[in-house]
Amino acid sequence: MIPLILKVLKTRIVSEAAPEPREDWRVRAATIEDKILRMLGRALVIRHVDAGSCNGCELEIHALNNPYYNIESLGIRFAASPRHADLLLVTGPVTKAMEGALRLAYEAMPDPKLVVAIGDCGCGGGIWGESYATCGRVSNVIPVDVAVPGCPPPPTAILQGILTAIATRATSTPR
Amino acid sequence: MRIPGISLDARTLAGAVPASLARVDREQWAGAARLVRESEGRIAALWGADHRDLDAAFSVFAAYAVRDGLAIVELPVAAASPSYPDISGLFPGATRMQRAVRDLLGVAAEGAPDARPWLRHGAWRQDEFPLRRDFDSSARRENAPDHYPFVRVEGDGVHEIAVGPIHAGIIEPGHFRFSVVGEKTLRLEERLGYAHKGADKRFEDFSIADGYRLAGRISGDSTVAYAWAYAQAAESLLGIAAPPRAGWLRALMLERERVANHLGDLGALGNDAALGFAFAQFMRLKEDWLRLNHEVFGHRFAMDCIVPGGVAVNVNDAQRIAIARQARSIGAEARELRNVFDEHSGLQDRFITAGRVAPELARALGITGLAGRSSGQAFDLRVDFPADPYGELAVGKIVHVAGDVAYRVRARFDELFESLRLIDLITSRMPVGEARSTLAAAAPGAFGVGWIEGWRGEVLVALEAGEGGQIRRGHAHDPSWQIWPLLEHAVIGNIVPDFPLINKSFNLSYSGHDS
Repeated sequence: MIPLILKVLKTRIVSEAAPEPREDWRVRAATIEDKILRMLGRALVIRHVDAGSCNGCELEIHALNNPYYNIESLGIRFAASPRHADLLLVTGPVTKAMEGALRLAYEAMPDPKLVVAIGDCGCGGGIWGESYATCGRVSNVIPVDVAVPGCPPPPTAILQGILTAIATRATSTPR
Repeated sequence: MRIPGISLDARTLAGAVPASLARVDREQWAGAARLVRESEGRIAALWGADHRDLDAAFSVFAAYAVRDGLAIVELPVAAASPSYPDISGLFPGATRMQRAVRDLLGVAAEGAPDARPWLRHGAWRQDEFPLRRDFDSSARRENAPDHYPFVRVEGDGVHEIAVGPIHAGIIEPGHFRFSVVGEKTLRLEERLGYAHKGADKRFEDFSIADGYRLAGRISGDSTVAYAWAYAQAAESLLGIAAPPRAGWLRALMLERERVANHLGDLGALGNDAALGFAFAQFMRLKEDWLRLNHEVFGHRFAMDCIVPGGVAVNVNDAQRIAIARQARSIGAEARELRNVFDEHSGLQDRFITAGRVAPELARALGITGLAGRSSGQAFDLRVDFPADPYGELAVGKIVHVAGDVAYRVRARFDELFESLRLIDLITSRMPVGEARSTLAAAAPGAFGVGWIEGWRGEVLVALEAGEGGQIRRGHAHDPSWQIWPLLEHAVIGNIVPDFPLINKSFNLSYSGHDS
């Protein structure tokens, strides 16, 4: 145990401040009342669905859990079931094989619910477009609140997208 | 290259990969497969193409890894009766590749024991085939989920656990069907294809010069390996070579990709065995690593940096020094963390004997890459067929035989330190000069191949040129094709709660496989 404890003691705290929301990434007008959003912002539960991405966006979503972005310190965590989630984080051009599963996950979420589409593929189909195998952008399949561009978007941008979805009109970033 | 015991009319392909292409008849196709098997060769990839407009036939390609390189055989298949001799009896790893060729091209392996679809779910009908040139990719189709007959295990107390396609985590989509008694796994059956984006068809929309962007998005964690394999294939087809400096920069990016993935996996493996400390520490190191990538290459994963003819980035002296310095500091920290792993009895208790793969099994399934080398399969393209500059770097091949999670963890540490050594060498020896050469015009029908040792294993890209510099047929093969079937064996007899750990110890690509 001694090397482990020493390593913990030697490691400085690297966590950084949360970024500001980006209103220009909002796809549709906020549908949830400020009052609820203020409560959500303090304890947001996310369900991630990879609807067919190349795994690049997943690497960056994983990074949100690293000590630099430390997403749990903002009261945000990832859940295993859409039934426990407030927000659906979706990556990929939605493949035809994932279309049904994505709809089911969305429908399983309790209202009010938010959807953030991640990456150029999620925003507009990306390099894959629409084809025999893909439905293209996430909003072709389920309603999207915020879309975060990038291939893949860096962790800060993904965090900005999530914070935009839960930003109230009197914008106040939690932390 | 030469398959011992058979004389084929083969032509040597230009480029960095020692490779040959031979047109064969049915008898030679079957004979070649048998002789490769007998001489301990393995299948690297299998795919098909629609050549009906050229010679009234489809073609099926098998790329074999033989002693002196890659021997590719092409079997023309009459359009009237599109089938070819099954080789899955000799190479079990070819089973799913043959099923995919059937789904995408409508050319079937005769008498193959498993005739179920593989990549086709309900997005297109079973009597239409995306890789046929008369297939309209943009047509609207009814997406009708179809019935997939899983193998049922019956007996007293046996029950099934169905998982996916959406998994309980930040993971790619796929379906696993466990048959269990109590907590013990009797059988695992995978169903993949959920991330199928029609990559091979999509290649037809790109030119030879631009296709690297698509190749680099087939499996995001291996974008460098794919882009390099693509560039090799394009250069092979065009008969050009990248300048020496480009090779060194490519190797620098490939080794940095290997380190990034190993750092992430080591953190995740510790985390899956309930050591959150490992996740926090390794993910911190990975973040430092990716931030320097962004500073130097303009992208955290060095996407789109390798292009046909060379590289699209350059590294100045200050950056070169920063890279070398970082390799040393990350190395020092990783050594401390290895010490923590080694002496942590709770962690080792979870790792040792979990998901064990015997060398005989790995050999039978033709496993390469990190998973293969952890089970005695001593293949590493950087050593066996070194593309420049690997010949000068004398890469140490890391081979273990125990093949359990503990040794796949150990292999990651060993390879991490070896890659850091290589990065140090590369930064000190990198030659100056041009990093990109001009592209020649592609002759219609020209064929090229690329083959790169990515962090997971061998990535293969084959290209065929069409008119006007377009890609006529592009095929990218992920090492996960061979390793996914191995996972089904690795979990037998293990408890279900160990599955995430065993799965992570392979960390296979869904998107790369399904592409």
